[in-house]
Amino acid sequence: MTELQRVTLRRAAPNGVECDGLVVSHDRSGYTFETPATRHEQLDAEAFDDVAADHPWLVSNWHYWHQFAEPSRRDFLRWVEGADDRSVADRYDALPEGLSREWGQLHITAELAGAGERRYHLRHVADAGAEVDSLDTYTDPLDARDLAKHDDAGRYRPLKTAPTLVDGWAFVDLTGRELLQTVDFFYPATVANWYREQEGELDVTHFRETAERQTGIYDVIDELPQEAVEWVAEACCVDSQCLKRREWDEDVETPLDVPRGDGEFPCREPCSLVVAAARKWTKLEQEEEQTYEVTMTESELAQLADLVDAVAEGRTDEIREADVYDGANRYRARYLRAKRMDDAGRFENVTER
Amino acid sequence: MKALVIAAHGSHLNAESSTPTFSHADTIRATGVFDEVREAFWKEEPSFREVIRTLESDEVYVVPLFISEGYFTEQVIPRELRLAGWDVADWNSDGLSATHVTLESEDTGKTVHYCGPVGTHESMTDVIIRRAESVTGDPDVGPGFGLAVVGHGTERNANSAKAIHYHADRIRESGRFDEVAALFMDEEPEVDDVTDYFEAEDIVVVPLFIADGFHTQEDIPEDMGLTDDYRKGYDVPAVVDGHRIWYSGAVGTERLMADVILERAADAGVDVGDTLETVREATRAAGGAR
Repeated sequence: MTELQRVTLRRAAPNGVECDGLVVSHDRSGYTFETPATRHEQLDAEAFDDVAADHPWLVSNWHYWHQFAEPSRRDFLRWVEGADDRSVADRYDALPEGLSREWGQLHITAELAGAGERRYHLRHVADAGAEVDSLDTYTDPLDARDLAKHDDAGRYRPLKTAPTLVDGWAFVDLTGRELLQTVDFFYPATVANWYREQEGELDVTHFRETAERQTGIYDVIDELPQEAVEWVAEACCVDSQCLKRREWDEDVETPLDVPRGDGEFPCREPCSLVVAAARKWTKLEQEEEQTYEVTMTESELAQLADLVDAVAEGRTDEIREADVYDGANRYRARYLRAKRMDDAGRFENVTER
Repeated sequence: MKALVIAAHGSHLNAESSTPTFSHADTIRATGVFDEVREAFWKEEPSFREVIRTLESDEVYVVPLFISEGYFTEQVIPRELRLAGWDVADWNSDGLSATHVTLESEDTGKTVHYCGPVGTHESMTDVIIRRAESVTGDPDVGPGFGLAVVGHGTERNANSAKAIHYHADRIRESGRFDEVAALFMDEEPEVDDVTDYFEAEDIVVVPLFIADGFHTQEDIPEDMGLTDDYRKGYDVPAVVDGHRIWYSGAVGTERLMADVILERAADAGVDVGDTLETVREATRAAGGAR
């Protein structure tokens, strides 16, 4: 606790202070200073300062949190150190070592800095136990944009909450404000929507409503059949593809069967990727079904299923070069193409019935 | 507190599409004119739909990083930002003259000063000229040179071509270049025939696009005959039909664009002090294309 913190608290007293068990007020009879265990009344300024000096953690803790006027930001930072579940004493015991939470693939640690201030460290959950010297360290929140841009294979990540964040980096010694900015670059708007959910005010926009709002080339997606919305969610909105927990459904009365996901932060509306994909699927669903007759072996048919599954699960890179027992092995696929497809890449010996 | 939101298109496919937006945002962030500066996108995150709620500020200036008034500035962005009572008539624009309107965003209750796009602001003319300077490496480029301002153009929206003609006219009237032409990809006169429109041996070609991508890196260089395959690249200048073509790539990547964004916000009421001069000087010192 610093002198400034104590004086700031005393000056805030006439407006009333309540923070983690500390209650301070001031009226004509003097100052009141209440802690979870004690209550002091009718204090003059000097006596107030003496009592405050006996409770430095409560004072510095209040001083830290009162800087965050915006509730979503304050609540997120408090969540990081479990402030609603742990007493000030517990936290001040634990904070020198660090208190950590996971936010998607982010591992966030709060530590006590001088005079009860906090500093924050941020790294990939996969690096939670790594020595900081083994990681590339950053201190500027803006650098998060570059880290979030590509996956391990160098591919562009248009969906920021895809579970493909690269590891090997650490942001160190961030202020609370810098931490929030960094988190917002990794996972935009997640803190704001999480807070709204905590407050029971998450404004969910369901698929139908989102679809009806679209104009231009996306105008068509309100024609996507209801059952296909399930397939959209299964394709795009599960933990293996996105760390947000889907809170939207077909509409308010029609929940989807697809699991919502286990993410800490909610998804309140189909995102632009889902809308863009839904446009393609709307057009594909408008095609008439046909019956085709195709000649192939039982194993070749099974191989088609293997190929679809391997692509859908992003497994193609994992299939060993010589593993011709896997239907999605490249040589198996090339053999099937050589045997069954023409130069234009279409299956031969297919007839429409 | 007051915030600036730069509203850009972004891309699901091209990682570099958002790079100029981030660069201009960083330039403005560093000036300290705004308490917060945030980028928002149609195709990336944060989306237009959610950006306002990420801000601490109650006063938000939104500048669309788009070339023309039209579908995005009149329908998509106001709708996605949930601007209460938005009516394009409030802009009272002839397709070039939108400045700003002040409305409330329905989901946050914050005050939003919604500005016209960067592409139609008069200071965009200076960015085109700066682009010509940076691609030729000559701060006095003009005499002996022709300048082609290239737009996408479309039969579907008359406003699309207006910004291109507007800036071409202004540069022509300034007399700095011997000849100035407005050319298009999807309407007449076409950029394919660029050399037909100039007597001058040297022609600077500046595409009025926000980000480098398919059109500015593939279509236009191939259409003009700078290369038969964009993957092989091209020289600057490249000789076509006896003319030297100084092709600059998208004007939106020019660092001076940060100035236009600030101008838009200043027109909407932000006190920027002498920041505009500072940005102009700093972006010149830092050079042109990135």
